[in-house]
Amino acid sequence: MIDILQIFLSESFWAASLRIASPLIFGVLGTLLCERAGVLNLGIEGIFVVGAMTGWMAVWLGAPLPVGVLAAALAGALFGLFHSVLTVPLGLSQHVSGLGITLFASSLASFAYRTALPQVSSPPRIEPFRSLDVPILSDLPFFGTVLFQQTALTWLALIMVGVVWWIMDRTPLGVALKAVGDNPEAVNAQGLSVIRLRMGAVVAGSSLMALGGAFLTMSAFDAFFFGMVNGRGWICIALVIFASWQPGKALVGALLFGMFDALQVRLQTEAGALVPHQVFLMMPFILSIIALVIVARRADYPRALLTPWFRGQR
Amino acid sequence: MIEIVPRGTMRPRIAILIPVIAGLAALLLAAVPLAFAGAPILPAYAQMASGVFGSMFTVTETLTRATPLIFTGLAAAIAFRARLWNIGGEGQLYLGALAAVWVGTGMIDGPPILMIPLVLAAGAAAGAVGLLGPALLKTRFGADEVVTSLLLNFIILIFVQMMLEGAFKDPMGLGWPQSEPILDSAVLPTLVDRMRLHAGFLIAIAVALVAHAVLAYTVWGFRIRAVGGNAAAARHAGIGVKRTILGVAIMSGACAGLAGVSEVAGLKGYLTSDLSPGFGYAGIVVAMLAGLSPIGVIAASLFVASVFVGADSMSRAMGVSSFLADLIVSMSLICMLVGGFFARFRLRRRTTRAP
Repeated sequence: MIDILQIFLSESFWAASLRIASPLIFGVLGTLLCERAGVLNLGIEGIFVVGAMTGWMAVWLGAPLPVGVLAAALAGALFGLFHSVLTVPLGLSQHVSGLGITLFASSLASFAYRTALPQVSSPPRIEPFRSLDVPILSDLPFFGTVLFQQTALTWLALIMVGVVWWIMDRTPLGVALKAVGDNPEAVNAQGLSVIRLRMGAVVAGSSLMALGGAFLTMSAFDAFFFGMVNGRGWICIALVIFASWQPGKALVGALLFGMFDALQVRLQTEAGALVPHQVFLMMPFILSIIALVIVARRADYPRALLTPWFRGQR
Repeated sequence: MIEIVPRGTMRPRIAILIPVIAGLAALLLAAVPLAFAGAPILPAYAQMASGVFGSMFTVTETLTRATPLIFTGLAAAIAFRARLWNIGGEGQLYLGALAAVWVGTGMIDGPPILMIPLVLAAGAAAGAVGLLGPALLKTRFGADEVVTSLLLNFIILIFVQMMLEGAFKDPMGLGWPQSEPILDSAVLPTLVDRMRLHAGFLIAIAVALVAHAVLAYTVWGFRIRAVGGNAAAARHAGIGVKRTILGVAIMSGACAGLAGVSEVAGLKGYLTSDLSPGFGYAGIVVAMLAGLSPIGVIAASLFVASVFVGADSMSRAMGVSSFLADLIVSMSLICMLVGGFFARFRLRRRTTRAP
């Protein structure tokens, strides 16, 4: 018990929690945008891979880090555009299209990586984002370490929470986006384009997802590995339900998840001799399922989620 | 403005033609990544073809590769028929393999006539349990089975790794995390001399035929189709929707579990944590190409297996990344989706009408 208390009191634990949460914040926000507009995006897992690969590759080819981030977001937007064309104007199965995008995006990214680097035994490294050293603030006790020694990408994730919240809750665009996921016919009656709103949300959401992937290769690590996304995208699909499709709760959900994952890693070193380490590796996935089951009954899904909309048809 | 107009009922001939066109389109599209990889296009295709049809060996290898795909394709097709989104085929496959290893490596021994059915039953049961979990969470708590079955894939794979480093580890395995070998009496016999093709292929065909018969000719199959078509209407007609979903979960999970048994007891002989290169996910592509028909699953599995075997052979010969096979398979799924759209609808330029 004392050990666990010590973990919770340590600065490095909270810093790690926020670091682990960062890609999930991007991913949950992206999922939130898509689903609020009425489109399930199971392409997320593949879009994470594409974002991770593209961002890393751009920097490896000599681009500055921010350009790498933009490249990742652009690649994510392209796959989002693909998914949105299939599911919005064509109204095809969102499940199947999303899984298709995941398979296509991850195999394309892996193929591109292998084709560009046919014979490397160890993955080449880039110089990743460094932690921001803000004068004075970084030297604060506790908060200095937890908040002000994170990388720019973690800060971007936190800022995006505010941006998405502001758009959803404070702008006419947000009102339209939420309406298009609940009652597209009403939006159409207002003279707004259901198709454009939904496609825009999926494209924007997918580029956020790709940033989640880019965080992995450009901030958390400094290289691209096959299988490095390892289900993080799927976890975001669970987290957004847990977060009731609200940006603030999405942040809380991602942070809670980051805490459990950071705790799991620390317990592994503490209790590694008693319990196989795989038990700890399973924990994040098991917790995601438990969280999903707890909230499932009262989950307030966007009412038109999964329902395609065609002009002149009710 | 462009308008989407339904075409009316689809003729059966078209329904068969779409996946063929989709598969061919995906193969043609592969020329783009091939060109990027700097491979000569036509010789690459020739190499792919000879990698599949070149010899008795390559043909039997393709059938061997199709075997797990038939099982996982059936798992996806049966579940999707009832709109139960089982994306957990990969995990159920590993559960089946784990059960096969548990029963088949010395727990009991007997003649093959006893051991083989036992190993198959154990694997099928384990796979069924693997999907029954998400199905129960769906019917009891309303938890989305897409997410739960997907996340279970990761949990199960980690569990398999744990068992292979623990209770199931082969003490003679020189430290590698692999299981003990399956007893000779539980090994599925090979079908052709000196080839790897094994009886799992015939079992897969038989299961597909049974699944077709169940779906097409039984009350049970009618219920599944009714629940998938319109759950509310099915409930209104007195069909126990939850019971049907749980039944479908058992059938679907069992099929995926059999894929694991057949790979372990028919092909590899022991279990490692890289038993499946994504057969569970490829099964979803197979099911969609098959139009969710069990007979179609056989044909679609042969196509996907040919792509894997042919592209692998070409990759080795020409130094192209072997991810090309996954790329072609994923493109065939997307082509199938788009092809299905154009079979059902056509696009028409909207003419502005006078008010």
